[in-house]
Amino acid sequence: MPRKLITLILMRIAVGLLLLLVVSAVIFLGVEALPGDTAEAILGRSATPDALANLRAKLGLDQPAWERYFTWLTGVLSGDLGKSLTNGADIAAAIAPRLHNSLFLAASAAVIAVPLALGLGVIAARYAGRWPDKIISAVTLSTISLPEFVAAYFVIYALTQLFPVFQPVSMVFAGMSLPDKLRAIALPVIVLVIVVLAHMMRMTRAAILSVMQSAYIETAELKGLPPVSIILRHALPNAISPIVSVISINLAYLVVGVVVVEVVFGYNAMGQFLVDHVAKRDLPVVQASALIFAVVYIGLNIFADVVSIVANPRLRHPK
Amino acid sequence: MPDSLVLDISGLVIEATSYPPGARPRDVTLVHGVDLKLQRGRVLGLIGESGAGKSTIGLSAMSYGRGGARLTGGEIQVNGREIRLASPAELRALRGREVTYVSQSAAASFNPARRLMDQVIETSVSHRYMNRRQAEDHAIGLFRKLGLPDPETFGNRYPHQVSGGQLQRAMTAMALCPGPDLVVFDEPTTALDVTTQIGVLRAIKDAIRDSHVAALYITHDLAVVAQISDEIMVLRHGRMVEHGTCDQIINHPREPYTRALVSVRALNHVEKPPEPAIVRIDAVSARYRGTQSDVLTDVSMDVAAGQTLAIVGESGSGKSTLARVITGLLPPKSGQVWFDGRTLSRALAGRSRRDLREVQMIYQMADTAMNPRHTVDTIIGRPLQFYFGMKGAEKSHRVAELLDQIELGSDFGKRFPAELSGGQKQRVCIARALAAKPKVIICDEVTSALDPLVADGILKLLLKLQAEARMAYLFITHDLATVQAIADKVAVMHRGRVVRYGAKGDVLTPPFDDYTDLLLSSVPKMEIGWLDRTIKLREAAQ
Repeated sequence: MPRKLITLILMRIAVGLLLLLVVSAVIFLGVEALPGDTAEAILGRSATPDALANLRAKLGLDQPAWERYFTWLTGVLSGDLGKSLTNGADIAAAIAPRLHNSLFLAASAAVIAVPLALGLGVIAARYAGRWPDKIISAVTLSTISLPEFVAAYFVIYALTQLFPVFQPVSMVFAGMSLPDKLRAIALPVIVLVIVVLAHMMRMTRAAILSVMQSAYIETAELKGLPPVSIILRHALPNAISPIVSVISINLAYLVVGVVVVEVVFGYNAMGQFLVDHVAKRDLPVVQASALIFAVVYIGLNIFADVVSIVANPRLRHPK
Repeated sequence: MPDSLVLDISGLVIEATSYPPGARPRDVTLVHGVDLKLQRGRVLGLIGESGAGKSTIGLSAMSYGRGGARLTGGEIQVNGREIRLASPAELRALRGREVTYVSQSAAASFNPARRLMDQVIETSVSHRYMNRRQAEDHAIGLFRKLGLPDPETFGNRYPHQVSGGQLQRAMTAMALCPGPDLVVFDEPTTALDVTTQIGVLRAIKDAIRDSHVAALYITHDLAVVAQISDEIMVLRHGRMVEHGTCDQIINHPREPYTRALVSVRALNHVEKPPEPAIVRIDAVSARYRGTQSDVLTDVSMDVAAGQTLAIVGESGSGKSTLARVITGLLPPKSGQVWFDGRTLSRALAGRSRRDLREVQMIYQMADTAMNPRHTVDTIIGRPLQFYFGMKGAEKSHRVAELLDQIELGSDFGKRFPAELSGGQKQRVCIARALAAKPKVIICDEVTSALDPLVADGILKLLLKLQAEARMAYLFITHDLATVQAIADKVAVMHRGRVVRYGAKGDVLTPPFDDYTDLLLSSVPKMEIGWLDRTIKLREAAQ
């Protein structure tokens, strides 16, 4: 690989890491700016000032903010996310299985949704303005307009009542075999595919159609190539970057934005975990979860940028 | 079958739907019943101005209508088969196999994401009559024949890795690779510099002869088509004007329109006696931000008051960069620009309103130099208001005067740019520059995008205006006929340096330096056999 390309990629990763550092500070300040602090949250409104002062000293809350920030940050870097306030449990240990569940659900949905969206996008672009395009657009646009929980209840009704193939509740636990797990999460996966499909499909279609205006597509037509091979061999390679960036946004959403679906199916993952702890005002857990979400978002965006950089023949093969 | 008929078009009618601004869409006829026949091994030149229907007719040989053009009448036969109403599958079998195409801009017509070799052999492999190895060997042979560097490995490169002239040769290789019966060349050398064009023309000519294909050669440049074709067909407004052998059309044209085309570009401007300078460019060097090398190196020249200095050079020679330095858009690294007894500030921000008013500019693309949502009145009125604070009746009176000066009626004032022809647009841009009462106008390739007859009209207008208002022109061009037509002094630029500078007569008279000699001898002449003679002379000199 040419040196310029490697430099660009490394730069992009470095900027991502810097961004992550800034985000960590923003998260810390955000939590800091909330009214009241952890000590008040633990002891409640009736606590005496003495008791509060004692607890603050014990938790280190009497230290200046920037010192606490660096203590937290160094902890995070060594894998220590702190202790939960509500039950004193180690946060990292509590998050690990839920993060695993989140990633498992997101990956399963993505494995179906991404190729399906690309395929439908290519078909829609091939028949742009004709009936296959109109049907695909109409169906995906109506599914994206449905709120997730409506889609979820619809899917539950259809696949557990009308045709009882799946369980309505997606409980997974350690020691379950992979087929059992997949069977358990089938319904939420279907709902998530429905929710993210349209966005990626529309972008694939739009990106291909915009490339189809190029002079080199006319060249391909004048070479007598069949329409599908024009799209796959000539248009798609030049449409990768907008498509990948939309895919990465949707992947990030699948990891961090699906709390409603988790709740509907009783699936024990990050979204529900975060919401529970916000309700309990368990600030260290909220802080840790927010940071993990930021890592996912920034990581996927870096991934999309790197793909765009590598997909550019001018950077991959310099003069 | 040396004389078999490859293409037989009769009574061809092509229509399209036009969408004029502010009016209902209507059907227009682009080609009104054209007939042509072409045998194997023959080259037919299609010549005409823009809008004559040359490309449209060329593409009809592949039964392809660009931008919604519809082939609505007549017969098109390729190798004896009617193709106008052929099915998509039949057309796919025809295109890229029997008939292939070379476009004006190979840079845009190659897919940037794929290697050249993959694109060159694509049809041969996809139409399944060569396997990959055979096709690659064949392509390498063509690369060699077309004079491409390192033919064995040339195909491994991507389009952005090779030069414009090489891409045009590669596109010719792509068209010849599947062994077609007919190749449509659509202005294949128009976008190239003259010194590059001559080599590509020669390569195309040899390749056509060796592969014994039939060729349609489309161009607006009669001097080019005279070098390469056996017959010429002159087209205008979608109708045939005249058709004959190359010799007959060039040397004995019958129709008045053909005669006008042949004699065009023969304007000759007699240079004026020396005058004191109004612009003095003094040892200017410049580079673009973030780059390591100079685009201009130690450039000095004078523009005399009321006269024209032409700057000639190929793309990348620094001509337009010099214009940017003079207008203040690019502050020079070193050196100065003197104007009318004062030093101009290096950067735009430091210039007074008077500095801005007295140096005006006209651009190559009149289209993009005007706001499409402003009327001609607004466009010309803007500098009147900005520089002179004119309003109301005074302003409209002056706009009418200016429209009169550029030989357009005052009813043009209510029109939008999209309702004007190319030449009219450029006239409006001239009026806008004139409105500021400038002392110098920088003209950057102002006739390059225009048809020759229209371009001559613009040059005559510029000369008339110069005589009336004593403006100086800094005239940037790559075209030597234009230099001949307008310049008093000439500067030849090459790679950011002035290689030759002086009165027009001196610059264009031998003895030449090497570069000026190469440049001047590369300009196609309206003589049959010029290409072969020039190439022979060069080979003998080596």
